[in-house]
Amino acid sequence: MSANGALPLEARGLRKRYGHVVAVDGVDLTVHSSDIYGFLGPNGAGKTTAMRILLGLLRPDAGTARLFGRDPQHELPEALDGVAGFVETPHFYPYLSGRTNLELFAAFDGGDESGRIDELLELVELRDRAADRVGGYSQGMRQRLGLAVSLLRDPRLLILDEPTNGLDPAGIRDMRALIKRLAGEGMTVFLSSHLLAEVEELCSRVAIINHGRIVYEGALSELHASATPRYRLRTTDLERARQICAGEASLRELAVDGDELTFSADEQTVVGLSRTLAAAGLGIAALVPETATLESLFFQLTESHAG
Amino acid sequence: MSDAPPVETRGLVKRYGEIVAVDHVDLSVEPGDVYGYLGPNGAGKTTSLRILLGLIRPTAGSARLFGRDPLTDGAKALEGVAGFVEAPRFYPYLSGRRNLRLLADYDEPVSRARIDEVLELVELRDRAKDKVGGYSHGMRQRLGIAASLLRQPRLLLLDEPTTGLDPAGMRDMRELVRRLAGEGITILLSSHLLYEVEELCNRVAIIRRGAIVYQGALDELLATAASGYRLRALEPERARAVLLAQRGIADVRLDDGELRFSADDEGVAALTVALGQARIGFTALVPETASLEDLFLGMTDGESSDHDRRAAVAV
Amino acid sequence: MTAVARVYRWEIAKLLAQKRTYLGIGTAIAVPIIFVVVLVLQSGGPNDVPLGRYIRDTGLAVPFVVLFFMSIWGLPLITALVAGDIVASETHNGTLKTILTRSRERGEVFAAKTLATATYTLTLVFAMGLVGLLAGSIAWGFHPLTSLSGTKVSAGHGLLLLLASLAIYALPLAGIAAFGVLLSTVTRNSAASVVGALMWALLMQLLGVLPGTESIRPYLLGTQFEAWHGFLRTPADYAPVTRALWLCALYIGIPLFGAYLVFLRRDVAGE
Repeated sequence: MSANGALPLEARGLRKRYGHVVAVDGVDLTVHSSDIYGFLGPNGAGKTTAMRILLGLLRPDAGTARLFGRDPQHELPEALDGVAGFVETPHFYPYLSGRTNLELFAAFDGGDESGRIDELLELVELRDRAADRVGGYSQGMRQRLGLAVSLLRDPRLLILDEPTNGLDPAGIRDMRALIKRLAGEGMTVFLSSHLLAEVEELCSRVAIINHGRIVYEGALSELHASATPRYRLRTTDLERARQICAGEASLRELAVDGDELTFSADEQTVVGLSRTLAAAGLGIAALVPETATLESLFFQLTESHAG
Repeated sequence: MSDAPPVETRGLVKRYGEIVAVDHVDLSVEPGDVYGYLGPNGAGKTTSLRILLGLIRPTAGSARLFGRDPLTDGAKALEGVAGFVEAPRFYPYLSGRRNLRLLADYDEPVSRARIDEVLELVELRDRAKDKVGGYSHGMRQRLGIAASLLRQPRLLLLDEPTTGLDPAGMRDMRELVRRLAGEGITILLSSHLLYEVEELCNRVAIIRRGAIVYQGALDELLATAASGYRLRALEPERARAVLLAQRGIADVRLDDGELRFSADDEGVAALTVALGQARIGFTALVPETASLEDLFLGMTDGESSDHDRRAAVAV
Repeated sequence: MTAVARVYRWEIAKLLAQKRTYLGIGTAIAVPIIFVVVLVLQSGGPNDVPLGRYIRDTGLAVPFVVLFFMSIWGLPLITALVAGDIVASETHNGTLKTILTRSRERGEVFAAKTLATATYTLTLVFAMGLVGLLAGSIAWGFHPLTSLSGTKVSAGHGLLLLLASLAIYALPLAGIAAFGVLLSTVTRNSAASVVGALMWALLMQLLGVLPGTESIRPYLLGTQFEAWHGFLRTPADYAPVTRALWLCALYIGIPLFGAYLVFLRRDVAGE
């Protein structure tokens, strides 16, 4: 049961086909301890299939998945020790209270986590609604109760599928904060999401799957760095600024966008430019480096092959 | 009648026993708006949308679509209006195509070509023969759009249209909204994804506990936050000195290698010239606008029905 | 085609896409066939039942006998199966908000559903009756029928009497259907409505057999299932038929009117 130094999650060469369709085609995933790892992909790319394999719900045709070094295909239930999560929201008993549901789940698990129930309810901020029946819970509350159920097992790896689904902005922010906090306390989190802005905010590493294959896996910062930096420039004199920029040799893809100029350049060029513009007496209202968003990178990677 | 605003509610109230789900709501949507309707879960958004569509009778007040009231004008009030509130629902045992033909027959029958056209638009043509019971949430969303477009609406009410879609689906939906707006269709859009609202909408209303706490242009709302700037200069210390000496620059602080300050447009322009004269180059000068998320959470106190014991009713 | 006719056509299409419709109509067709087969294979018969004694004389007797047996709970059940679902199913599928936000008034939608229920009810009765006639005629031939007064009626005339009887028989069944529609609209729950309508039908039957209810018996719903006896007397006795007509108008009209009012005004929230 002790941390044996094995990676929280490691998948190698996962393959799964359904008839003619190869849903998962040689997927490798590596999740390090304390990562907040985002798993992204278009619908039908094999994301859900892959996640089911990771949780031992589905048997792959080939390849291995290991959770803390153990194989959920062959070593259930130990493989899921320290792991919690679900691929769709768990079903609760609507006529029972949140607390009772948690107690039931705790009993199913067989351990003695009942002492922690109060603590967990506090953590997911459901303490004051714990006595109400789950049938009256909002979607956000059910998501949070689901999280509490996962945390009952005192996991070190949390696998979450669309954790902010159905939540309102406050709920999204709270879930985000909760995940960050858990990760800060040493939890490894593996989540899948379609909300790229959320993933960008939350995750340290991402994997993007398309047509059953991983088209990117790595740190988010690297993904951003790999794109050529573009800049947006707003000055007091658009035309003069444009002329100056056009004259700058190492400045590429100069374009006019409304009252702004956009271009690609390295930092050195930009520094020089800032001086040149000032020397020409032009005031600069904004010089904004545009980090390529995860969204644009995602589409580049998933739409380079037609359909 | 055609001069009347697409949506106008006056003193709209809906009570369920002691709970006031909608509390004197005055909404006003102008032609051509892409109007964002925001609020925490349980704030009364869904109820007010249902009142607009004639699904729920208000306790008091009036709701008018292009000047017509669903209470007195019945189905005629929905002329030129289409959309859905909460996830669109269809007959699971009928195919997508048959569902559309059924709904078209509830209006005026349309040609097969027209049905093909809307199916093509929402990229459901190749799944149109399959029963809706087997559709994913995203497919149902798209079918809902198709069903709405069949009515050739001048006003489209979309409740969380991108929920459940994958990133490409969300992007396509946003593009569709932009395009429809470009064709002059007024759109009332409700969403929890505030960056989406920032991208698409020109006006917003924020509802909290049944009451409107803000209604107006999005630009104006975003401008209400303090106008701060971030400066990344090669020589932060020297730059800081220039900033402090410059007139019109306030609240200067050095934060993690970046300089932050507030200024107006003129002050900033003058500053950059001054920096240039001091031969201080910089790599970024970023005006910080408030995010809609921060403003929204501020106005709604970060509430949602999850935290509020009173809102036990699904409003 | 008028707007309501279009909606009606789709209500029928929806019914035809659902298993329960086929269950009902299938039962209506299977029961008389099974009945005839059993009687062909066995001796003995339903001698205590109106026209039962002459069951092997002519196929014409079969539908009357089958309808008698099915009036207690068989036909009420398969009628309620559809009537109790026709409005509640919209709640179950969440489609009420979809169809009530098009160009049809709520009243028009309600009318179409009512007509579809009526169509189904009539189909049940006539399917059962005509299949029974066919099966019986194959077994025992299409011969003159002995009336309830003991006289012989020609086969052709017997057929006319059968058709008239089926039509009158359908009325109290429509009353059960109307009650089913009312429950369907008010409870929004299909199972509860089906069971509720069936319970109500059985209750009416029960009241009819309790001692001391003689005075109200002619006005009970269950009694109207026997109104066709009047056709089969010589001379024809139109009194029970007339009574059935106006009573069933009430049994049908009152629940439907209530259902209409509820459907018109209710809030569609969360569905």
